[in-house]
Amino acid sequence: MAGVLVYVESDGERVAPISFELLAAARELAQSLGGDVEALVAAADTGPLVGELGAADTILEVTSPALAGYLPEAQQLVLVEAIRARKPAVVLVGYTSAGLDLAAGAATATGLPVVAYCTGLRAEGSDVVADSQLYGGKLVATTTTSTPAVFSVVAGSFAEANGHAGGRGERIVTAPPAGLAQLRSRVLGTTGAGGGAVDITKAERVVSVGRGIGGADNIELAEELATAMGAELGASRPVVDSGWLPKERQVGKSGMTVKPKLYLAVGISGAPEHLEGMHDAGLVIAINTDGDAPIFKVADYGTTCDLFDLLPAITALLKPAG
Amino acid sequence: MHIAVILKQVPDLVEEVEVDSQGTDIDRDSVKWKLNEFDDHALEQAVLLKESSGAEVTAVALAADGVDQLLYAAVARGVDRAIRVTTASARTDAPAAAAALAGVLADMGVDLVLTGVQAVDDLHGQLAPILATRLGWPHVSVVSRVSLEGTEAEVTQEYSGGRMATLEVDLPAVLGVQAAPRPPRYVPISRLRQVMASAELGSAAAAAAAPALGSTVTRLAAPPQGQGAQMLEGRPEAVAEQIVALLRERGLVEA
Ligand SMILES: Cc1cc2nc3c(=O)[nH]c(=O)nc-3n(C[C@H](O)[C@H](O)[C@H](O)COP(=O)(O)OP(=O)(O)OC[C@H]3O[C@@H](n4cnc5c(N)ncnc54)[C@H](O)[C@@H]3O)c2cc1C
Ligand SMILES: Nc1ncnc2c1ncn2[C@@H]1O[C@H](COP(=O)(O)O)[C@@H](O)[C@H]1O
Repeated sequence: MAGVLVYVESDGERVAPISFELLAAARELAQSLGGDVEALVAAADTGPLVGELGAADTILEVTSPALAGYLPEAQQLVLVEAIRARKPAVVLVGYTSAGLDLAAGAATATGLPVVAYCTGLRAEGSDVVADSQLYGGKLVATTTTSTPAVFSVVAGSFAEANGHAGGRGERIVTAPPAGLAQLRSRVLGTTGAGGGAVDITKAERVVSVGRGIGGADNIELAEELATAMGAELGASRPVVDSGWLPKERQVGKSGMTVKPKLYLAVGISGAPEHLEGMHDAGLVIAINTDGDAPIFKVADYGTTCDLFDLLPAITALLKPAG
Repeated sequence: MHIAVILKQVPDLVEEVEVDSQGTDIDRDSVKWKLNEFDDHALEQAVLLKESSGAEVTAVALAADGVDQLLYAAVARGVDRAIRVTTASARTDAPAAAAALAGVLADMGVDLVLTGVQAVDDLHGQLAPILATRLGWPHVSVVSRVSLEGTEAEVTQEYSGGRMATLEVDLPAVLGVQAAPRPPRYVPISRLRQVMASAELGSAAAAAAAPALGSTVTRLAAPPQGQGAQMLEGRPEAVAEQIVALLRERGLVEA
């Protein structure tokens, strides 16, 4: 039992950025805990992915037509088998849609503890001390977990740049698990981004509205400001789920990733899943009546003014007089 | 077709959430509880499936203070039956909940289990994959639309960057619901009162004990201060002027 196993995510052609973060975290942990950094990559064709995994000492490749597209059931079978075969001290999975399926599922199947929402991980003896964001990012829990264990890691917590090289890069081709022949689920199709009327990922300025806007009728206030600023409207997930703005404007984990020069967050609390979509924005200004809202930890400027007073005031100043 | 929807109450984050005197948990007495937002969507999805396919729906929650209210509200929303599951342990984490629920759900003969995709207060993983793995059923999380075709469910799973997939899953299965295809419906208080006066909640006892977690919380605290935002003070008009000045200084809007 040694080493750190990283579950690698991809779209079949490129390794996902979160996987490089995990490889960076794995290297730090392996230096203290001992053992190799191992990358598990399961796909219909691992060929295009392996070359990107130079940060791993060993690359465990599992190839099967049954692994085309992301299917939770198939990926869990592969991950469980890898954990059983390699007996890593630590298993790292991204807190992504895949992570929400696999981290706890694989941990349960192998009888390992699982700690979710990790933003920091360090070894202490043979234990791992983790920091996890709870309560929408309002509180941080520190846990001590005996190894072996599984951790799901929030995107943006480790330096992606440190996850591209530095390993031995040995390839180990492993036979696919027998269970792949009896899957009880199938991928019927996938749709990429785009196709919508707007593309907020290219916008230089984004005015993003959250649940604080209170209702569909109030969107107008943000729209007027966005027009006056030459900005695109963005939204948090609840605003989209409530039907107040279309899905293509959603910023965050299950929406778009934006990198505007200016991000104005209006009535957004700053949950980790929202921050994931905008942490590379330039100037961030947050308007939120709750002075303890986590958005103020990432914003450059903030105000606790009520958005219903402030938005019209800003719009008025930006509109040409007359 | 029998669908179970699993409901959990979580702290309302609009209110302040305080840490207890030990510094390892929230002060549970001072918290205002509400139905987990994602469970609200799971419940809506379950009721939509009942309406479209005639499925029978049971709402299930672990017994706790305030949970009856949540179950009555689910009945008012349209589920056929609501049951609370009593356990020997006070733990509410996902591994404990899965241990309590697996046997009860199997005994009920359910075909499909819907949970919320996550709860903001639980460190120890997600119920949907834990429960499914215990039951030996397939699972899918981050689901935003479910339809039923015979003995299969067709679901939409969402990923980052606006990507989505359609997956087909044989039943029985467990799904972690992120969003229903339409916003959860509103139930008038008069209807809720009527249900509370007439509906009977069922109950079941969990047979399995909660498994050890292998992990201990040593500290719960507000995130480190770090940089943090520079706060702009004053009346809205004054703050608006400061914001516009900042934007003009940086050439982010026309001068
Ligand atoms: C798998 C998964 C994926 C997710 N993906 C995303 C995603 O892509 N994008 C996303 O945004 N979320 C996502 N979420 C949801 C996320 O966890 C949060 O629930 C969500 O971001 C909260 O949105 P919000 O900040 O608008 O709402 P809330 O958290 O309810 O915050 C509203 C804020 O408005 C403030 N407010 C209220 N009234 C006023 C006023 N008059 N003036 C000023 N401020 C006011 C309040 O103080 C509060 O802080 C995801 C969750 C999961 C589990
Ligand atoms: N103790 C519990 N009681 C009832 N439902 C739960 C419990 N724990 C988890 N759940 C369900 O699982 C969902 C996800 O929670 P979790 O997986 O713990 O983050 C919740 O939204 C509920 O639907």
